[in-house]
Amino acid sequence: MPLSDSFFGQKFAITEHDLESYLSEALSAGGDYADLYFEYLATSQLTIDESIVKSAVQGVSLGVGVRVISGERTGYAYSDDLSPEKIRRAARVAACIANGPSKVDKTGFVKNGINDARRRDLYPLVTAPNETSLAERVDLVKRADRAARAADRRVFQVQASYIDSLRQILVATSDGVLSTDRQPLARLGVAILAREGDGVAQRGYSGGGGRVGLEFFETEKTPEHFAGEAVRQAIVLLNAAPAPAGEMTVVLGPGWPGVLLHEAVGHGLEADFNRKKVSAFSDRIGQQVASPLCTVIDDGTIRNRRGSLNVDDEGVATQENVLIEKGVLRGYLTDKLSSQLLRSRTTGSGRRESYQHIPMPRMTNTFMLAGDSDPEDIIRSTQRGLYCANFGGGQVDITSGNFVFNASESYLIEDGRITRPVRGAMLTGNGPEALKHVSMVGHDLKLDEGMGICGKEGQSVPVGVGIPTIKIDRMTVGGIAG
Amino acid sequence: MIDPQLARDAVRLAMECGATDAECTLAEGQEFSAQVRMRSLETLKDAGSRRVGLRVLVGKCVGSAHTSDLSSAGVRQMVDSALAIAAIATEDPYADLPDASELGSLSGDLQLYSDDIQSVDTPARIQAALETEEAALSWDPRITNSEGASFSAYSGERVFANSRGFLGSYRTSSCSLSTTPVARQGDAMERDFWYSSARSHSKLDSPAAVGRRAAERTVRRLGARKVPTQKVPVIFDSVTARSLIGNIFEAVEGDAIYRKASFLAGKLGERVASENVTVVDDGEMPGLFGTSPFDDEGVPSRRTMVIERGVLQGYLLNTYTARKLGMRTTGNAARGVTGNAGVGHGNFFLRQGERSPEEIIRGVRHGLYVTELIGQGANIVTGDYSRGAAGLWIENGEFAYPVSEITVAANLCEMLMDVEAIGSDLEFRGSVASPTLLVREMTVSGR
Repeated sequence: MPLSDSFFGQKFAITEHDLESYLSEALSAGGDYADLYFEYLATSQLTIDESIVKSAVQGVSLGVGVRVISGERTGYAYSDDLSPEKIRRAARVAACIANGPSKVDKTGFVKNGINDARRRDLYPLVTAPNETSLAERVDLVKRADRAARAADRRVFQVQASYIDSLRQILVATSDGVLSTDRQPLARLGVAILAREGDGVAQRGYSGGGGRVGLEFFETEKTPEHFAGEAVRQAIVLLNAAPAPAGEMTVVLGPGWPGVLLHEAVGHGLEADFNRKKVSAFSDRIGQQVASPLCTVIDDGTIRNRRGSLNVDDEGVATQENVLIEKGVLRGYLTDKLSSQLLRSRTTGSGRRESYQHIPMPRMTNTFMLAGDSDPEDIIRSTQRGLYCANFGGGQVDITSGNFVFNASESYLIEDGRITRPVRGAMLTGNGPEALKHVSMVGHDLKLDEGMGICGKEGQSVPVGVGIPTIKIDRMTVGGIAG
Repeated sequence: MIDPQLARDAVRLAMECGATDAECTLAEGQEFSAQVRMRSLETLKDAGSRRVGLRVLVGKCVGSAHTSDLSSAGVRQMVDSALAIAAIATEDPYADLPDASELGSLSGDLQLYSDDIQSVDTPARIQAALETEEAALSWDPRITNSEGASFSAYSGERVFANSRGFLGSYRTSSCSLSTTPVARQGDAMERDFWYSSARSHSKLDSPAAVGRRAAERTVRRLGARKVPTQKVPVIFDSVTARSLIGNIFEAVEGDAIYRKASFLAGKLGERVASENVTVVDDGEMPGLFGTSPFDDEGVPSRRTMVIERGVLQGYLLNTYTARKLGMRTTGNAARGVTGNAGVGHGNFFLRQGERSPEEIIRGVRHGLYVTELIGQGANIVTGDYSRGAAGLWIENGEFAYPVSEITVAANLCEMLMDVEAIGSDLEFRGSVASPTLLVREMTVSGR
């Protein structure tokens, strides 16, 4: 597809000649590499709250980021105005990082037109969010509200929101890449509060989606599904006792508990930390960092998943990356800068929150491959422990490797059986050590429902996680009960 | 600089197109950051952006929209978009704007903007970051690496207009200096950080002071152990105490209160904390990060007593939550540029006590001094509290060794009642501030 037929060509009349001249300006003070990231983002958000559609917002954000790399240095500037003089000004500001004569002779793009990422379409859309009416979207949150209220008389607060966005990007680089992509993202979430009489209230939350259109919520994961799940979780908590404290066996259920991988190993394997040697995983490629039962993958190419991308935010095609193979550390996640400095290939992991942000290595969809244990055997083999079915968020200190994540739904395992629910369990461990204690891996790999947001250095990006049922022989549980 | 007239024009256009009330926020910001790492410049970022947002009421139906396109076509599209949303919204009997009598702006110079930041040129900014990192790197031979240091500066302007006659604007500026050293001992690495930030460059701590403090905080973590699970007194240093005070804010903001989603809901006038606990929200203190002449609905900022000598005295409210509770707004509306306002805080702090942090530490025979908290483990609905922690173990009133990979847990209701001592070290390094504080007993989970 020629640039003139692309979104930015059509809407803003941007030509290859323009892009070349901006890149030349960016490299005018020297510099090894420059790129431009054009972004047009249309978002809408609807919330039903107390059965009233109280809040709905639509918005448009447009801008371009200019980056210049010179050795290990990065210069960055952006503009929310696409007029040539403003883009040139941003290019000159970014260029200030470099000094000396230009090291790049000439910029020009690979001849066969632009690399239209949609030739590999991981998220074909039946209908784009902006082509559906607000009324259809309102109907989704109304259904969620009704379903949650009907599910249990103890429910007294329901908030359901539907957020969707359509992002159009154009990436042009001084090494000849010209990429475009059209990235939809949608999420439906239901949060409820339930209480028994005058007792303490408990919260339940469920949500999901992906790079999908509205029809996903009609056919695959309905508002009633998320509402039912949110209510179920809160009701479980109404009967939960305080979580125990101390070291014990922990069994993670399949799906969203994969956030353990995201915190325990994923962040520590992002190449920016490793090129700086500030990660607990630095210089450990080829070493055993997990039990031989563990193979951990980061894959940006799974159809319609929340963390998937046709191309990353540096215009590079995403791929499947093996992080840990049978317990041995295999590789890091890289962007252009870190792959250059580490003299490796980019893994298509350069991501950014928006045109106002500098790309860095990030995860996409991170999961552990299935093993061959029966999930029921895993529980039966556990004398005393904690079974975690769902998690809130987590956090890691990549330097010491210490991480935490809080279980939003967990149960005691006593004599090989799941018994009573407990609340307020916080798990803590050390990244390069925790997975060494994995003694069983189930055959039930499940990806999460599509609600993950990952924050790093002030930038948020959507991600996915997944895991089969696994047993970790030893982990610290932070509760209050003895 | 932006023309405040643009906000008034957007409000007028919305009214002409059928809105019965409208409010518009315009925000402009310029950001700069210089990051250095291992004694050389790594990243320079310098850019600005603008955004406009609108919220309209058509009767009791609300719609909002925002755009980065400030052209008249862009504003027009935003108005149409907000009105289209209002047409599909449900009537909300409590949706409103503040009464005209509630609108206004604090007078006098609140010292939110300072020119002196602009007068520091880029080479001097880079130099400040380099000196900060150098101060950390040269402090101790065990500091062998660094995640870098940075100098950042921000300046911005905010304009707010509504259909009840309010038009106001104010400028803010800020700058900060920070560094994250990495220390090594054997195979183990630890990092920590320190920063200084201020609305004026002249109030920023020196690079040497920031670097040294970061280095001290990092080196003292080396050789951390995991302690056995037990119940002990826990001291939160002024950094971690801040996050605890932030949890109190989440429990007294109107949204959580009217939903009964807070462990403090319905407890006005009741004893909720130890008698030495007084928590204040003050949006009027000159030069601080939580100060503003008016909130994000055009209501003047003010001082609100939240907890006085252990008794819950007030909630923090915007117009909507106040009406839901049958109360008056406390001037705490907060939002980006669009949508229904949420509730924010001014300078939200725990009033300081009389004992120095050293004295408090000396008074603990056997306990934990927390210097870092990680994870989201505070449940505001139930008060259940469990977070990842790192810090120093106290034996006989002295630091014995560092600890990590542990959690601290209790219930916030009990923790507030159990505040035994409050330090004299209150310092406003952000809009939430707390002195050192000692909680009588918490569960530390480790080995």
